[in-house]
Amino acid sequence: MTATQSAGPAPEGLSRVEGPLKLTGAARYATDHRPDGVLHAVLVGAPVAAGRLRGVDGSAARALPGVTAVLTAADLPAFPELPPPSAVHVMPFADDRIRYEGQPVAIVLAESVEAAEAGRAAVAVDCEREAPVLIGHGHREPVMGEDRGDVDAVLADTHVEPATEASKSLYAVPALRLRQLVERVSLNVPTPMRAPVEGPGLWALESAMNELADAAGLDPLDVRLANFAEVSPADGRPWSANGLCEAYQEGARRYGWRTRHERPRRDGPWVIGHGMATCTMGSFRFPGASRVRLRRDGAVVEANVHDIGTGVQTVLGQIAADELGISPDRVEMRWGDTDLPRTGPTYGSSTTVGTGSAVAAAARDVTKQLAELGQGGRDPLEALDRAGIDELVGEGTFELPGGAGFNADGAGTPYAIRTWGVIFTEVGVDPDFGLLRLRRAVGVYSAGRIVNPITARAQMTGGIIWGWGKATMEESDQEPTSGRWLAKNLSNVAVPVNADIPADIDVSFTDEYDETASLIGARGIGELGATGVDAAVAAAVHDAVGVRVRDLPILPWKVLAGL
Amino acid sequence: MKDFGYARASTAEAAVQTLTGRQTAVIAGGTELLNWFRLGIAAADRVVDIGGLDELRGITRDGDELRIGALATLNEVGEHPLVRQAAAALASACLQAASAQIRNRATIGGNVLQRTRCPYFRAEEPLPWPCNKRDPGSGCTSLAGRHERQAIFGWTQDCVAVQPSDPAVALAALDAQADVLGPAGPRTIPMREFHLTQREAAALGEPMRETRLGPDELITGYRLPVSPGGQAYVKVRERASYEYAIVSAAAAVRLNQNRIDAARVALGSVAQRPWRLGAAEAELPGTPLTREALIPVIERAMADAAPLPQNGFKVTMARNAAVRALLTAGGAS
Repeated sequence: MTATQSAGPAPEGLSRVEGPLKLTGAARYATDHRPDGVLHAVLVGAPVAAGRLRGVDGSAARALPGVTAVLTAADLPAFPELPPPSAVHVMPFADDRIRYEGQPVAIVLAESVEAAEAGRAAVAVDCEREAPVLIGHGHREPVMGEDRGDVDAVLADTHVEPATEASKSLYAVPALRLRQLVERVSLNVPTPMRAPVEGPGLWALESAMNELADAAGLDPLDVRLANFAEVSPADGRPWSANGLCEAYQEGARRYGWRTRHERPRRDGPWVIGHGMATCTMGSFRFPGASRVRLRRDGAVVEANVHDIGTGVQTVLGQIAADELGISPDRVEMRWGDTDLPRTGPTYGSSTTVGTGSAVAAAARDVTKQLAELGQGGRDPLEALDRAGIDELVGEGTFELPGGAGFNADGAGTPYAIRTWGVIFTEVGVDPDFGLLRLRRAVGVYSAGRIVNPITARAQMTGGIIWGWGKATMEESDQEPTSGRWLAKNLSNVAVPVNADIPADIDVSFTDEYDETASLIGARGIGELGATGVDAAVAAAVHDAVGVRVRDLPILPWKVLAGL
Repeated sequence: MKDFGYARASTAEAAVQTLTGRQTAVIAGGTELLNWFRLGIAAADRVVDIGGLDELRGITRDGDELRIGALATLNEVGEHPLVRQAAAALASACLQAASAQIRNRATIGGNVLQRTRCPYFRAEEPLPWPCNKRDPGSGCTSLAGRHERQAIFGWTQDCVAVQPSDPAVALAALDAQADVLGPAGPRTIPMREFHLTQREAAALGEPMRETRLGPDELITGYRLPVSPGGQAYVKVRERASYEYAIVSAAAAVRLNQNRIDAARVALGSVAQRPWRLGAAEAELPGTPLTREALIPVIERAMADAAPLPQNGFKVTMARNAAVRALLTAGGAS
């Protein structure tokens, strides 16, 4: 299904349209909007990590200046359970059980944030305290498993992966056994972020692949090439498109992987190591609608999407311009308003696939109407003028098999849909301190048609940076005496800053058009860049100083302990 | 955060006169005080702004003495030619502190008065656990909980926190004096004695006291003796910028041929004060400027380190930081 097709504008792409607003500080974010009469809400959290709520007394808080209300469970409606793919199913205020410290037990409403925060401190929460369950000490229970083939003949022992999505999708295997265990502890479920499905499991799988290569005395790239899956290992379906082998080869060429150990191994105090890993993400697709209004001076795209900084405004306008055959600067984007045509959510790397397809369909509807008016084949603005019409409205939708509201990995179609890639990293290790520094990275990705190379490259670069943070810095500690999170603000949780990131991050894409995945040939890209980086970095550390760190993040004292 | 009154001081003396009540706070750059207010670490009825006092500005050299006004920002100190030339370790420490934006606001006077970054101490209100610094007498949760980044020298059962300032380490290594002004007039405090370990504070009968600065005193500036030789500040942190040190080291070295003639070295983030390695300084003259020769000297000087169960690595890391700082100061790496 892979075909080369050059669609769209100049190959270098378009800079993001909202860039000047953000750079000049003129962009308005949610908190910049202050409607009249707005109140500020602050959540009051349970002060213990496990136990039962006996009562909440908000009377002292209500008496404070600026506080207008203190809401408890009795004042609130019953919140329904959230459907998948949400990671959190049970909403707070459902019962009196305290499952984690900070679990909301009341809401303070006030005329200012400061007053609301003062109110929070004045709310008296009465609860029965139980001993918190710490990570590593909770009850473990199996939640899901599946077998394919004669597993017992292949594996002597049960193979357990904490998150098995990547394991069932990546390598050709004669048989597969997947098991997941969930450990129940006194902590809240993290909000889904950054490849929440594949990310954790892929760290284990790709680390295991690297250790397997080392144990076998093989190049880790060759181990991947030898185990490439021609069809989906989970169910034998053919891939909608899969350029992973090409990505491996191109990435190795760009990085100089085969000659890595011929280059100097030291740079001042830094010992240099190299590591690689496969990247993969499932494919989330959501249905949605969009509208394109063609006017004499240009087109207006309407969709109720939400732009979280990924370039949605740029890309959707660009898709409409491509389809209509007009310049992108003649397209205006209207978004972020629930009165506009309803689209899918902004998560799961799904917006370009779903909403982009709906926009393309709406533009094609306009083109079709122009043809019906006898104005086909012309510049559409000129055609509108000739037809004496002020506005033509095209409607478009993106729909899923069986009218589903959500579709993962092409379920219900003859094809398995996923995204692929490879990441190579060069890491410096200072053995005096156990410090790591990223020196360069090469990522090559197979993700269908790339609508806008500039914003696509920015997303993948951001993913790699995020992956570096996951690999080397970010840690949320469960405080052992209380069971709550040790730090609740970023002053004690490091994420990468510019100084951590070298200029030499080389991102490219294989040339593909995936007509199965979407109307526009694209698959999702956003989170793909964040996958694999952790395992590649761990392999690079091992390559540099021979220390194998298996628990993230790879902090200095873990490296020092192995030296 | 509660409401507070705000006034600008017209002179340093006038500012000091307002400090008699405990409910008055001095503000200059404001990069730390507002954190305290928001987290509930401190509250004040009145805030006196000394940011407009030109008498507390300026960086000058008078013979063999470098003078730095308390209101010089970290970037002004770090980028000043006189400081780079005569106190390179201090310049480097300033430029490795915080972020560019914070360095443009934060002053060298206030910097040494920042408080520990211990996550137990920096927790939000209402305080979720015992912390003697926040709630005297309640206990130290870090000791029984997490303490990778805490002290290996001078701690007590009451508190295991470290002082995080980078410039303070360089000021202590370079034998700087703080000029302070109080109700009784000016006095000086040597920077190697300015901060107190928990053990020193307990010996004074004030276990939670952190500095020798009185509650009604103001830092007006610093004076540093200028001496020949190279200097360096080594800061170890997992993030390359905008992060506190896991450990750090400041060193000044004068060479004679390839051997050390005189050296000064202080460790940072290993105690509640900069930790001068006096025993090493006494032993270093005559020692070759090599890693192999320096390691045993530093190890002997750190023999009284008392790491906690989770921070034994800091002894190795601090030793290596001291060696790296000496080698770099001497021009050997």
